Amino acid sequence: MTTQQAGSSTINWKKWIWLFTFYAVLGVFAFIWLVPIVWAISMSFTPNTVLARQIGGLLPTAFTFENYETLMRVSSVPRWFLNSMIVSVGTTLGVLVISSMAGYSLSRINFRGKTFITVFILAGLMVPEQAVFIPLHIMFSEWGMHNTHVALMLPRMAIPLGTFIMMQFFRAIPMDIEEAASIDGANRLTVYLRIMLPLTIPALTTLGIFTFVLSWNDFLWPLVSATRSDMFTITIGLASLQGNFAQSEGLGSLMTSAVVASAPMLLLFLFFQRYIVQAVKTGTRF
Amino acid sequence: MVQPLDKPLPSATTDRQRLSGRIRQFIYHHRDTLNGYGFLLPFLIIYLTFLIFPLLRGVWISLHDWDLLIGNLGWTGLDNYTRMFTRDNTFWLSTRNTVQFVALSTIPLVSLGLLIAVALNRPLPLMGLFRTIFFSSYVLSISVVTLIWFMLLNPNRGILAAAFQLVGLEPIAWLNNVDLAMPAIVVTSVWWTMGFNVVLFLAGLQDIPRAIYEAAEIDGASAFRRFFSITLPMLKRTVVLVFILQIIASFQIFGQVFLMTRGGPAGSTRVLVQHIYERGFRGFELGYGSAMSMFLFSIMLAISLIQLYVGSRGDQIESGMK
Repeated sequence: MTTQQAGSSTINWKKWIWLFTFYAVLGVFAFIWLVPIVWAISMSFTPNTVLARQIGGLLPTAFTFENYETLMRVSSVPRWFLNSMIVSVGTTLGVLVISSMAGYSLSRINFRGKTFITVFILAGLMVPEQAVFIPLHIMFSEWGMHNTHVALMLPRMAIPLGTFIMMQFFRAIPMDIEEAASIDGANRLTVYLRIMLPLTIPALTTLGIFTFVLSWNDFLWPLVSATRSDMFTITIGLASLQGNFAQSEGLGSLMTSAVVASAPMLLLFLFFQRYIVQAVKTGTRF
Repeated sequence: MVQPLDKPLPSATTDRQRLSGRIRQFIYHHRDTLNGYGFLLPFLIIYLTFLIFPLLRGVWISLHDWDLLIGNLGWTGLDNYTRMFTRDNTFWLSTRNTVQFVALSTIPLVSLGLLIAVALNRPLPLMGLFRTIFFSSYVLSISVVTLIWFMLLNPNRGILAAAFQLVGLEPIAWLNNVDLAMPAIVVTSVWWTMGFNVVLFLAGLQDIPRAIYEAAEIDGASAFRRFFSITLPMLKRTVVLVFILQIIASFQIFGQVFLMTRGGPAGSTRVLVQHIYERGFRGFELGYGSAMSMFLFSIMLAISLIQLYVGSRGDQIESGMK
């Protein structure tokens, strides 16, 4: 009895030490991971004049909202932000419509050539943006469509990942739900709109958020297509500010742009984290 | 007036009825095919126009002298390719640096991602919060990441320099040092994208039955032993998948270098996509740029095919086990 008690208390003691070490190591790691983000946010609330004299800290040494006010009033950031919103919302809606339709077709309807088309579309997952951005640039030049929102949307909609994700979600829905409806004489479009789409709202949310993030952060294509500063997305606009640090209004303002550019992504991520994680998992499960 | 019209009318309606009946029959008979292609059509049009056609046209363009502003200047055959392989030293430099980045970044991105995922896979409080923290940097855009890290690594104004001074060390100009610039780019990339791998590993770890660990713990297996005897073997497929996805992603490196070092100092961080971009859009040589992007594409395609091969073999092994 006594030996047993002594034994279990050493085990407990060891366990607590182990747990403490575990959390300490993980905590230090997580802290280091957060430093860049916290530092940027802190500097966005620090006056430019202060940052010209000293290195910004993890907490602002002097607090101000001035950087945000100036940003909203005089910089191009609100315009770029709006461009990003238009392009990302447009791309997302487009992807949701065409990918869910295609995913429905490939997972729910039997027709000749389906296997071939499925393979043909999935093969597109292996084509990277870098392989097509030059020919795309030439095509949009020929159409005189550079520096438009549509030009920034269309190439992103061609990515087969959405169809792939929707296919997997549609497959998971039991067949008899749909069969019951078709016995009642409903046609495919009605079945799709009235029965299948409502069932895939979680999937559509997942795909929608994922597409929105990808589109918002898109870099190579908008870099070559949107060359006029009033058509920049926020990602490209921010990149253009980095080219001339010397002329920039100050470190605080620069970090404010970065915070504003990331705010929608971080908020989306915090509220819909579950869906983004789901998209990452489904999108890579071959 | 009414009578003459009345006569031919019945036969016309029956003809029309018969025709529409036949159409209806055809539609009914082929309804699945029509529905199938009808639902596919919008995506298929976009897919063919903005992915497949540009890919084929890219091959065609790579066989021409193609100017950014003037357009097609004529067929040059394989000249762009021979130029790339035999006469362009910067191309080789960029390729070498890209391969170096792939090697340097893949190892920490996969191993650190796995390590953190294994740590977070325990049924302990706060693990969700830690996952959120490690994944949060992944949703930032490349220009935000480079903006922060460019300043963070700055020897005069960066917080890393402040930390160095605090412990009495001389601040280092990471991005201006031929030997340190690439490692600094690697660290930035690890911080940016490791969370993605953590999530993939966590998904794989959740498929391993907890009972196996519990049994091993009762048998007295150490954490170290459990990792190498249970986790790694059962996670083999995920590890291979993450490894290959990471290699493909690392080959595409561009923004970090383009925005933080412009390929410098002395070309030590110049990478392939940057070379393609600069030859194509700064040097106006789209034909040559296209040829180099076809080279990059073929490397990535080869790696993808290895992935497919390994994946299908994994399936065979798994179904064989069942």
